[in-house]
Amino acid sequence: MAIRLDKPWVPVEDALTRLRGNLGVFELADADGQVVYIGFAGGKSIYGLKGEVNHAVEKMPEAQFVRHEVNTAYQSRFRELLMVHVADHGDLPRYNVEFDMRPNRLGRLSPA
Amino acid sequence: MDLNLTEEQDMIVGMVRRFVREEVLPLELDLDPDADELKPEDRERLVEKTREMGLYGLDIPPEYGGPDIDLVTRTLMAIEMSQHRAGLYAPCYGTFGGAGLAQLFEATDDQKERYLYPTLRGEKRGFFGLSEPSGGSDPARAIQTKAVQDGDDWIINGGKLWISGADRADFGLVFARTDADKGRNGVTCFIVDTDMPGFHVRRIVHTLRSAHYATELQFEDLRVPSTNILGEVNRGFAIANDRLTRQRIPYAAGCIGVAIKAQEMALEYVPQRETFGAPLSTRQSIQWMLVDNEIDIKQSIWITLEAANKANKGEPFRKEAAMAKLVATEAGGRVVDRCMQMFGGLGVAKDLPFERWFREMRIRRIGEGPSEVQRHVIARELLGASLR
Repeated sequence: MAIRLDKPWVPVEDALTRLRGNLGVFELADADGQVVYIGFAGGKSIYGLKGEVNHAVEKMPEAQFVRHEVNTAYQSRFRELLMVHVADHGDLPRYNVEFDMRPNRLGRLSPA
Repeated sequence: MDLNLTEEQDMIVGMVRRFVREEVLPLELDLDPDADELKPEDRERLVEKTREMGLYGLDIPPEYGGPDIDLVTRTLMAIEMSQHRAGLYAPCYGTFGGAGLAQLFEATDDQKERYLYPTLRGEKRGFFGLSEPSGGSDPARAIQTKAVQDGDDWIINGGKLWISGADRADFGLVFARTDADKGRNGVTCFIVDTDMPGFHVRRIVHTLRSAHYATELQFEDLRVPSTNILGEVNRGFAIANDRLTRQRIPYAAGCIGVAIKAQEMALEYVPQRETFGAPLSTRQSIQWMLVDNEIDIKQSIWITLEAANKANKGEPFRKEAAMAKLVATEAGGRVVDRCMQMFGGLGVAKDLPFERWFREMRIRRIGEGPSEVQRHVIARELLGASLR
């Protein structure tokens, strides 16, 4: 598994018709392709990835694109994606900060 | 060994049991089923409570401010502390504190100032870096990470695998080979700062355990001063071995706690659940599962408490610790598996904790030395010199 979520971006409207109720992680991007939010669909999510992405884009009007990964290890993968984002960009995606969607203490990764 | 709890043990166990049921379990209702941390405000509130109970910092020796509770009682407490969904790898979400890396109690005064005391104050975190891609069960041979002396410093190159908490740590104990020809007598323990150039956490290793993950580390010309050697040069293996042996007792206790909780849930469920017009509890197949669970649990408890009792008295306890780890991890897996079977579909859903316990319990037969290594340790203790 690649450390970065490098699947192609899909417009939010298209993704919402295709996504299903799986556990997993996802990234939302603005019109310029900048990641604005990293989230996950966990064991308490209503209708899994479909529900979580839908819920997130309602709160984040800038989100235009989405990419996702079905993954039962969503907690560790979620943290890994946040750490990789910090390693690549120096900080967390803006909506993870604004909505405080982050672990209490995020680790540091230096991907090769 | 007295099989009765003392009045004090009974009281402490009761306090911890109430804490888990009244404070921890209600919070889990709102957490993600795989979560391993509380909201900061909840954590602070619970830490305050364990401090008020006089039970914070359990593993800290009394001369460093710990509550001076003997190992048997701490084992009984560990059995209670794991009786919730996250209990195997995050008992009570860490609100009873801990000693961090116990090996630092043997450090130099300077090392204690820089690493031990900040850890005890909660200002720093450490990790334990022993296992490598070449193996973890036989560290004397498997360690390939090398440290070469350069003046007053040592230069470390190599990597570690399956290391918990390294990405969030301020420092770690890293075991490296300092003499290629001396086997276990050629390994040294270094205290390594994680903000030094050449220290890299390369990736998270995703496993059955989702939240409490492991990492892979790489060291590239990582420079460490001689003053950061823990113990003596080429004497690191004893530090690692001591840690591995001691860790087996609380490791076993955690499995027992989860098994007890799973059995308790099953005992509550089977008289209520009806199939073909009768409660599950009337079926012999179910009764036998409960009986086998009970025997597994009781065996694990007594073997683990015997190990704790020997360690507490300062007697050799390597064989007993290995037996405790072996028996409790394997029994715990069987108990959780049987309980899942009794709960049917509910047992495998994330609505209940069994599926998480099932995944995490499977790791317990491998972590901290797999069952086969424990059997090897026990055989070596039994056969002694005749084995060589």
